Amino acid sequence: MLSRDQVLHVARLARLELTEEEQQRMSVELSHVLDHIERIGELGDLADVEPTSHVVAVENALRADEPRPCLPKEVALAAAPDVDMGGFRVPSPGPAPA
Amino acid sequence: MSDTLSLTAATAAARIRAGELDPAELWHGYRERAAADEHNAFVWVAPDGDAPAVDRDAPLAGVPVAVKDLFCTEGVPSQAGSRILEGYRPPYTATSVARLTGAGAPLLAKTNQDEFAMGSSTEHSAFGPTRNPWDIARVPGGSSGGSAAAVAAGSAPWAIGTDTGGSIRQPAALCGIVGLKPTYGAVSRYGMIAFASSLDQAGPLTRDVTDAALLFGAMAGQDPCDSTSIGLPAPVELPSRMDLRGVRIGVPDELTGEGIEPGVLASFERTLELVKELGATVEPVRLPHAPHALSAYYLIAPAEASSNLARYDGVRYGYRADGVRDLLEMYTKTRAEGFGAEVKRRIMLGTYALSSGYYDAYYGRAQKVRTLISGDFNAAWERFDFVATPTAPTVAFELGAKLEDPLAMYLNDFLAVPMSLAGIPGISIPSGLSEGLPVGFQLAGPAFSENALLDAAYALERAIDFRDAPWRKLA
Repeated sequence: MLSRDQVLHVARLARLELTEEEQQRMSVELSHVLDHIERIGELGDLADVEPTSHVVAVENALRADEPRPCLPKEVALAAAPDVDMGGFRVPSPGPAPA
Repeated sequence: MSDTLSLTAATAAARIRAGELDPAELWHGYRERAAADEHNAFVWVAPDGDAPAVDRDAPLAGVPVAVKDLFCTEGVPSQAGSRILEGYRPPYTATSVARLTGAGAPLLAKTNQDEFAMGSSTEHSAFGPTRNPWDIARVPGGSSGGSAAAVAAGSAPWAIGTDTGGSIRQPAALCGIVGLKPTYGAVSRYGMIAFASSLDQAGPLTRDVTDAALLFGAMAGQDPCDSTSIGLPAPVELPSRMDLRGVRIGVPDELTGEGIEPGVLASFERTLELVKELGATVEPVRLPHAPHALSAYYLIAPAEASSNLARYDGVRYGYRADGVRDLLEMYTKTRAEGFGAEVKRRIMLGTYALSSGYYDAYYGRAQKVRTLISGDFNAAWERFDFVATPTAPTVAFELGAKLEDPLAMYLNDFLAVPMSLAGIPGISIPSGLSEGLPVGFQLAGPAFSENALLDAAYALERAIDFRDAPWRKLA
């Protein structure tokens, strides 16, 4: 069972704000799913098995290192919620930690 | 007009090329039908106006295509079914879509989907659920449920979707149409809004196998913008095989027993008899690690998703929460308000699986199980050409039936995820009905065996002779 503290810790890592109700539900639902997922423990020791991160054997895919046009700045900024001085504007990160 | 809309896409293309069908008439017919759709299959339909200019001699000859919302389409909303991307109009078009329009298929509509492709019912869309054209009280499957419903209903001649753990094959099965998940790397992922990058693959949802081959051939190919794309070893051929003589088909015990509805199994068994009548041999095969595929998938896919979805931070595009005190609160509130419940669940699951202290037991172990599953298939290919299973364990279920039980929803994917983890192609074709609803038959083959797979599916499709799909009633 995932505790409320664990849920809050993971939510912080994921940059997600959860309501009280969501914290409660997440704790129950994730525990339920993890109970099922933990059956991969039944496979025993897998020390000799190589992990697969990518199924297709692709060597480095390289292209010629030549300058090419990229998105014009005004196009790249067009969908931004807040733009100022040719850049993305965001709220202050807040006071530096003590 | 309705006669025209009852043609398969390949037939319509042939008639256009022969000068027997006006592509503008076809365009207007489908555009009006899509605009009047009552299944919430579409999130955007091309505006009324002049039909787009098309090249009759192009491979797709002007037959319009519907595209899942998560493909970026320049200047056209591309929202991945999410509130966090509501109204987003990308500055560029996905390679796969650009290839289709380049091959002569104009963009008809964008289709509804589970948010960020996370779901098996299309109920997890910020724009409301899609209904199954066979029974509007039921789901069309997911996550490419809008594409499947549109094709089944005849509101689009054909469509594309994406499959991460069954999201093309399962909705195709639940809507009684054909769905192909290609080999990982066959189709470029550039411009596809990412869910799980090591698994995501685009493919066609169509009325029949010939349409699937035609559409797949037009969208596949290596792309300099996607370093994991490989393209195909040989061009896609239109299928022509009439029998299955000499074909060896393995039936895995692990994926044809427990957890599958009796009516689905009965249809599967009947189809295996047809397979034998066509001349194939059918024998049991072991995929000993397949029962663990779902667990591995629900660690790997959420882990990759938690990383991919970190980009939705309210800075460069998409939704941003109002009234925040500082940067951190902007991130946490934007994501809290922009993401739906299922996406939050997957982000939490993935972040947990990757977090310090749990990585080895969860994500690391899942990657090893992935190796074992690929090994099972590689061993099977020594004795068999294809593996056959039902596509989904159930027929289309009622809206809301699994919405409050995430694990029950996830279990609906257990026949589709082994192929996804192994990166191999799988096709679902309708095999008949159970309780009046369509059942899907899945054939999977080795990496890059699409031509042989499409050929076998074509022979089987002819033998099954499935004639009940809603789009046929347009005639």
